[in-house]
Amino acid sequence: MNQRVAQSSNPLLTNDSGEHSHRVALTTQKTAIITKQMICMFIILGTFPLWSEWVGLYNYLGAEIAIWIIYALGFNLLLGYTGLPSFGHGAFFGIGAYAYGLTQLGIIESVWAGIFFSVLAGGIAAAVVACFISHRRGIYYALMTIAFGQIFWFTSMRWHTLTGGEDGLLNIHRGELNLGFFSFSLSETSSLFYFIFAIVMLVTVGLWRLVHSPYGKALQAIRMNEMRARFLGYNVWLIKWSVFMISGAIAGLAGGLFALVQQSAYPDVMSLHASGLIVMLTLIGGGFVSYWGPVLGAIVFFMARDTLGAMTETWLLWYGLMFMLVIIFKPEGIAGLWQDLMKRREKRQLKVNGSTENASGEAK
Amino acid sequence: MALFEATHLQKRFGEQVVLEDITLSFEEGQLSGIMGPNGAGKSTCFNVLTGQYKPDNGRVVFDGRDITGKSARVIAGLGISRSFQIMNLFDEFTAIENILIALPESINRSFNPVHDIQGNVSAMEKAADVLNKVGLSGREFTQASSLPYGERRALEIGVALASDPRLLFLDEPTQGLGADGTARLSELINELKKSYSIVVIEHDMDFLFGLADKISVIHWGQVIATGTPDQLRENEWVMASTLGEIA
Ligand SMILES: Nc1ncnc2c1ncn2[C@@H]1O[C@H](COP(=O)(O)OP(=O)(O)OP(=O)(O)O)[C@@H](O)[C@H]1O
Ligand SMILES: [Mg+2]
Repeated sequence: MNQRVAQSSNPLLTNDSGEHSHRVALTTQKTAIITKQMICMFIILGTFPLWSEWVGLYNYLGAEIAIWIIYALGFNLLLGYTGLPSFGHGAFFGIGAYAYGLTQLGIIESVWAGIFFSVLAGGIAAAVVACFISHRRGIYYALMTIAFGQIFWFTSMRWHTLTGGEDGLLNIHRGELNLGFFSFSLSETSSLFYFIFAIVMLVTVGLWRLVHSPYGKALQAIRMNEMRARFLGYNVWLIKWSVFMISGAIAGLAGGLFALVQQSAYPDVMSLHASGLIVMLTLIGGGFVSYWGPVLGAIVFFMARDTLGAMTETWLLWYGLMFMLVIIFKPEGIAGLWQDLMKRREKRQLKVNGSTENASGEAK
Repeated sequence: MALFEATHLQKRFGEQVVLEDITLSFEEGQLSGIMGPNGAGKSTCFNVLTGQYKPDNGRVVFDGRDITGKSARVIAGLGISRSFQIMNLFDEFTAIENILIALPESINRSFNPVHDIQGNVSAMEKAADVLNKVGLSGREFTQASSLPYGERRALEIGVALASDPRLLFLDEPTQGLGADGTARLSELINELKKSYSIVVIEHDMDFLFGLADKISVIHWGQVIATGTPDQLRENEWVMASTLGEIA
């Protein structure tokens, strides 16, 4: 054991290779398209139907979690990456759901067309809202998103002829999924789950690429120091506008899938309460410190709802308490806790190194 | 003709007239200094020149082009970059990420959703060169917030240098540095002077007198004197004013 440790720290000690490894480090900062964490998440989520019943859960929950992972990843582009708090994002989720329903009921019974219009509607609505808020930051930004969210919610309640009012749109058939060479029915919850899971994978990989692109870096730069970004020559307004639009389009996608799964679309998902939920679960998961924060948040929330919910009717109270504790003691959320653990482990290993090889601390 | 000219600039904040009538010019290839007591309006002057505020009156011309009232983004795009008096880094980024984000390679791709700038060898090397220039080699992957103060100031200058600007504005780069840090920074700026046109706001007279080709003294929102360090040294009134004795 000691032998191995001593060996592994040796290259760091020889000085002439220092220059060399330095250069290598500089040129190998590439971001992988697929990462270990990604595969891990895909395996856990992808095998959900195989073990869900075994632990007392059910397939449908998997579909729900998958949808909210999409929603939360898109939301975190705005909140965690750009630092823009939207408390009205339920609106775009809801608009996506209505767009899906209206496509099925009024235009054509096609899953693809429904999804296309969900994304489009969510994106367009968000693009319009973004025109009015993108010059703002912080609390004013948040307040304006609430105001717009409420307008959409109110409209969905009152515009009976289009949205069906408080009852919403009902009887949206799950229908067939046409893949060109063959098509299969989505009426089975497990096939539905795998369809959504495929979209989760696409969104996860796509957004991972996006946040590591120059655009993604610009988003983070705006979060950390909007003024500096402007003085560097970034078009801050347009970047803020576009990220809101993208995030809204993804919320629309999630909403469309929600309508597909639920076979209905209703105003509830647009309420302030529902909009608050996405903020809360993204924060609990740790969206500010990790790409995976919103994924963890979505999983924990729905697991808590079903396990705590089975035990007590007041589960939301407990969940709310948990939220408060996280905000007070670990604002970086679950992902932050995890990172701390990893760091501590690293330190402990370093200590082991240090006691066997005195200079390894110096090498670090 | 001078690279940069500002004429009869005026800037008010409500009732308070901060810049009364400022006329300045900066020459290509020179290091120009701006001095003045606390609250004289030096930073405000920079803010007007670099697009943070629109002047209430006056004209700003860069390289023969009228840039009066243009936005910070547009002015940056023309090749003017700046550092700030109050530290202005991307704290959660590493040192090299701070430089990368300021490279034209990144800014020109600000809407590119797929490129991997940290996997871009030429961009990475360029960023590493900038860090090297400001004495931060070996700190590439240290988070900006955990760098010691002096290195943070150096990184600020690096960020401003990354775009390879035609004109570089530095607002009190020595603020908060000890004698040691100031000496090192002076060395660095002396080095940069060879390849860049620079404007430096500075309190520390020794620092500025040792570096500048030309110095303008701002007081009460006006330029009360302009000249070479030697010319200014002979002007007792200027000396008194910058020392704050008649502020
Ligand atoms: N945005 C603003 N709104 C209102 N007043 C301002 C604003 N910016 C600057 N001022 C005022 O303008 C005056 C000049 O400030 P400025 O920061 O330009 O001085 P300075 O010469 O840079 O001083 P210092 O040496 O302390 O940095 C001060 O009285 C300040 O309060
Ligand atoms: Mg100042």
